Amino acid sequence: MSRDRSGKKWVEPVVVADNGLLDRRAFLRGGAAFAAAITGYAAAKPASGEPLVDDPWSLEMGTVTPPLQVPSRFEQNVVRTLSNPKNELRNSHARTPHHLLNGTITPNSLHFSINHSGLPDIDPAKHRLVIHGLVKQPLVYTLESLSRYPMESRMAFVECSGNSAPMFSNEPVQATAQALHGLVSCSEWTGVRLSTLIEEAGADPKAKWVIAEGGDSLALHRSVPMKKALDDAMVAVYQNGERLMPGNGYPMRLLLPGYQGNMNVKFLRRLKLTDGPAMSYYEGRTYSQILPDGKAYRFHFVQEVKSFITHPSFGLKMNGPGFYEISGVAYSGNGRISKVMVSADGGKSWGEAALQAPVLPKAFTRFRMPWRWDGRPVVLQSRAWDEGGNAQPTRAEFVAVRGETKTPVKSPLSFPNQHYNSVTSWGIGSDGEIKHVYA
Amino acid sequence: MYTPKPPSAALLALALVSSAAFPQTPGLGKPISEADVRPWDIAIMPDGTGLPPGSGTAVQGARVFAEKCAACHGEGGKGGPLAPARLFGGAPLTNGIDTPKTIGNFWGYSTIVFDFVRRAMPFNQPRTLTNDEVYAATAYLLYLNQIIGENDVMNASTLPKVQMPNRDGFIIRFPDKI
Repeated sequence: MSRDRSGKKWVEPVVVADNGLLDRRAFLRGGAAFAAAITGYAAAKPASGEPLVDDPWSLEMGTVTPPLQVPSRFEQNVVRTLSNPKNELRNSHARTPHHLLNGTITPNSLHFSINHSGLPDIDPAKHRLVIHGLVKQPLVYTLESLSRYPMESRMAFVECSGNSAPMFSNEPVQATAQALHGLVSCSEWTGVRLSTLIEEAGADPKAKWVIAEGGDSLALHRSVPMKKALDDAMVAVYQNGERLMPGNGYPMRLLLPGYQGNMNVKFLRRLKLTDGPAMSYYEGRTYSQILPDGKAYRFHFVQEVKSFITHPSFGLKMNGPGFYEISGVAYSGNGRISKVMVSADGGKSWGEAALQAPVLPKAFTRFRMPWRWDGRPVVLQSRAWDEGGNAQPTRAEFVAVRGETKTPVKSPLSFPNQHYNSVTSWGIGSDGEIKHVYA
Repeated sequence: MYTPKPPSAALLALALVSSAAFPQTPGLGKPISEADVRPWDIAIMPDGTGLPPGSGTAVQGARVFAEKCAACHGEGGKGGPLAPARLFGGAPLTNGIDTPKTIGNFWGYSTIVFDFVRRAMPFNQPRTLTNDEVYAATAYLLYLNQIIGENDVMNASTLPKVQMPNRDGFIIRFPDKI
């Protein structure tokens, strides 16, 4: 037992798992005394000879307020990484820098984007959305007419089913959370329920699927079960309060909360109700994944429960032993996150992380865990559960079912397979260097 | 126990009238005929629904390919700098979970070839091929994969009947979601 500077007794913080993981409620009940305790700096002597000074920016007027603000010039490294920086005649990706962000909302400028044939320059006044096929009356909408419909907003992650694919590698690819997991982002989307438009057109009872198609040069199309279309699908026209970004589907996109990113068709221009799926290129080939026995999954749809630690993680630096907050994101296409466990010893012992409210279905949940690093090597992991009782698999569990490559994956930009969702492990050495490891 | 009272005939009539006069949705969608949607109605279904008139063979397709496709996909579909993947052959899928997918070792439906070539190719000039050219290019790709013969005519009736080698190689991941 110790005393803080005011002489009050305080209780040793509860260690909930090995290598310094602390009770998630620590800050809620401990207050300042607790914080002082876990840093161990309560009695630090004040430094002398370093008086505070006014810096130049404090002594003159700053720049005039701009119409569209951008981050500080000191944040220039907080950008998306590109798969096709030379603008070659092929697809292009940009990944979200999760290790440099916090909270649950991805800023629009940093939302991930995959474009199989570039970004179309769509004039919103000329854009049309048509709904037809097995309906009583085919209808066509403009952005203006859709914008008069009752709207709703909801948080939802969108994840490429190829996200985390470098982890199919039989050896860990040394890469940031951005490179490994940067093809998922989370936004507040605002738009019109798809069920409203289907109701308006009058669905034939024989309609079991909706083929959704974009206005890009590939006219990218995917088949969506009516079940999903009538459940929580939306034609989204706003993203975090502003119109959609071009890379995220301007002026309108299909939002299928929790379903694989490619199905959330961007630049949406056509919805056709049919009795069967189109078996399109992207569902029949690209987003069907080979299993170890040579069969392949088709219509995987759901982005299953996943979490990864963003702080600390590969690419960030540890600044010596002491207190750190471990935090990251968890999400599930099956609903709300119910629990996230964190380990600092490679999965031997686990402590429950705090889930930051609100915990919303099919959206990012930020988890946080107080941690006192003693400077010895550790392996950090997070593992999530969703309200459907689904557990994020360990890597060994995942590989036992879905397999891994026979040779190491050379580039984090490659997609050996799809729908990877195991636990991610960050190994921290006594020198503070962070590596991607399998544990 | 609460039993709802049956609504009176007058109320029912009113409900019917008002639902007809005031639909549950804003009703701002503008009616359009299927004929006017047709230029966008390009998805080909696996049973061949949507396939247009026209035809082609692999022999004809080889010429189309050399002229319109080889710049990216390489001579004879061997792969080029912009599209390095080989368009034919392919190892058995049991070779590994990262086995490159080809028309021959993976694609479940021949209609996907026609659909994708027509909607997306050539990459920088999509939807510029004639239907005959698309049928011919489709026939050529199926021939390269040793699925049809060099002179087999592909058209709206023959193409959907082509049996793809991996047609039965798929497992529906979540049948309850369909």
